[in-house]
Amino acid sequence: MEPRPRSFYVLSAFFALFVLFLYGPTLTIGILSFQGEGGGLTFPMRGVSMYWFYDLFEQQAVGDIWGSFRRSIFLGLMVMVTTVVVSVMGGLAFRKKFAGSGILFYLIITALVIPSILISLGIGLLFSQSGLNVHWSTSGFGAQLTWTLPFGLLIMFAVFNRFDKSFEEAARDLGASPWQTIRHVVLPIIAPSLIGVALFGFTLSYDEFARTLLTAGSYNTLPLEIYGMTTNVTSPVLYALGTLTTLFSLLIIGGFLALALLSNQRKARAGSDAGKGV
Amino acid sequence: MKKLLENRNVTGWLMVSPLAAVLLVFLVMPIALIVIVSFWRATEFSIIPAFEWDNYAFLFGSPVTYTVFFNTFKYAFITWAFTLIIGFTVAYYLAFHIRSLTWQVALFLLCTIPFWTSNIIRMISWIPFLGRNGIANSTMMSWGVIDEPVEWLLFSDFAVILAFVHLYTLFMVVPIFNTMMRIDKSLIEAARDAGANGAQILWNVIIPLTKPGIMIGTIFVVTLVMGDFITVRFMSGSQSANVGRLISNDIALLQYPSASATAIVLLATVLITIGILLRFVDIRKEL
Repeated sequence: MEPRPRSFYVLSAFFALFVLFLYGPTLTIGILSFQGEGGGLTFPMRGVSMYWFYDLFEQQAVGDIWGSFRRSIFLGLMVMVTTVVVSVMGGLAFRKKFAGSGILFYLIITALVIPSILISLGIGLLFSQSGLNVHWSTSGFGAQLTWTLPFGLLIMFAVFNRFDKSFEEAARDLGASPWQTIRHVVLPIIAPSLIGVALFGFTLSYDEFARTLLTAGSYNTLPLEIYGMTTNVTSPVLYALGTLTTLFSLLIIGGFLALALLSNQRKARAGSDAGKGV
Repeated sequence: MKKLLENRNVTGWLMVSPLAAVLLVFLVMPIALIVIVSFWRATEFSIIPAFEWDNYAFLFGSPVTYTVFFNTFKYAFITWAFTLIIGFTVAYYLAFHIRSLTWQVALFLLCTIPFWTSNIIRMISWIPFLGRNGIANSTMMSWGVIDEPVEWLLFSDFAVILAFVHLYTLFMVVPIFNTMMRIDKSLIEAARDAGANGAQILWNVIIPLTKPGIMIGTIFVVTLVMGDFITVRFMSGSQSANVGRLISNDIALLQYPSASATAIVLLATVLITIGILLRFVDIRKEL
């Protein structure tokens, strides 16, 4: 191996600073959430305690944290399943270059780049003008899909751009029906990427704020609840909640990544029998 | 029936129908309604169907509008410049200085994980840093850089842009890294063989080939910043305004027609900006 140029060390330092910039603040509130009972929103730490976590579990005066947590998880799962199914169908459809696919593609891009407040405002107006009540599971659900579906579809486009069509042709040559080709050939090949789509679907929904703001109705999701807390809670209990939900997010992300790794390994093991003959 | 199913237009639309339905109900119809409502009239209690240009006339007649739009572009431009420089450097390091694919993937994931966590919490997490008695102030005071706490760290334009850069640099790193990974390494060897030095390779080979990634990152960052209303409100302590906040204030006052008119002008601005950017890149080719 050739020796590392000096720029490598400069850039390594830059990268380390960038990672510190990304994670530093979150780690800080992680530490500060263990603030002692008399402590405030910043250093110094007045002792180390779990006080603010207990506080979080006990006091319910500020709102309905646990209810909003349950709603957020449930909504996240709804959005995740829908995103995966709709993105796969959409990804498969877009390979056909059907008439009007160009317009649909630009609609997807529009959904991605449109300022979130327009989605919030527009869906809010749509529901109020048609006499429906906004609710997190209807209008909130739809609003979040306009954010998660474009990501899911972009991933699917990227996957199918790299997809080797000869596998499908081979399956068809062996007499597989279109459904069998998809079920036994296409889906197993793209499965690891679907885990990625699911990860985007769940986490983007679980943390979504701007598009849910006017569309969640009277029952808040967790990010809305947290945002509400920022205006009237000025104790480290805010950090305790932040730490817990970040840990939960990391747990979910870790789970999905492990799953993707496993399924990639499984694919590498079972995918080809090259070299197994005589 | 069988013949119908062999038609790629029919099967294509069948498979894409759930997607089309979601986009129709939750994207096209809401935008159409915003356009319609922007011509309506508002009273103190309700909104009345009408067709008048008053909302737009008021919007364009008010000096606040121009200040706020200027602010929006200012945030977008400054954030774009910082995210581009940082994002490009990080992507360049990952793509060209890290030699094993495993490490590339691992470090890349390290950069993207925050994207899947809560933006609100990432904003809140700047409080202990930037506050009056925060880490930044106490560190600078102990170093003797300043004598008393600086007030403009939290709740200022500085905080807003810092938060934007913190939240959105990933959107630059990911597409730029993606394009860089596809650059044929033999092009760089050829440049070196032809006598180019490091800076020349960077300027004449890598940057031109990375342009599509830069454009996609730019589209993400610019649209996210221009459409934002939370970050500005939270990080400026309600002291600065951008267009998003103008709209959300109107919504809070139930002034839906005026909010809609502003929203339409914002949407037009964003779409024109993107239209210009898209002239430089074919997104479908780059995925």
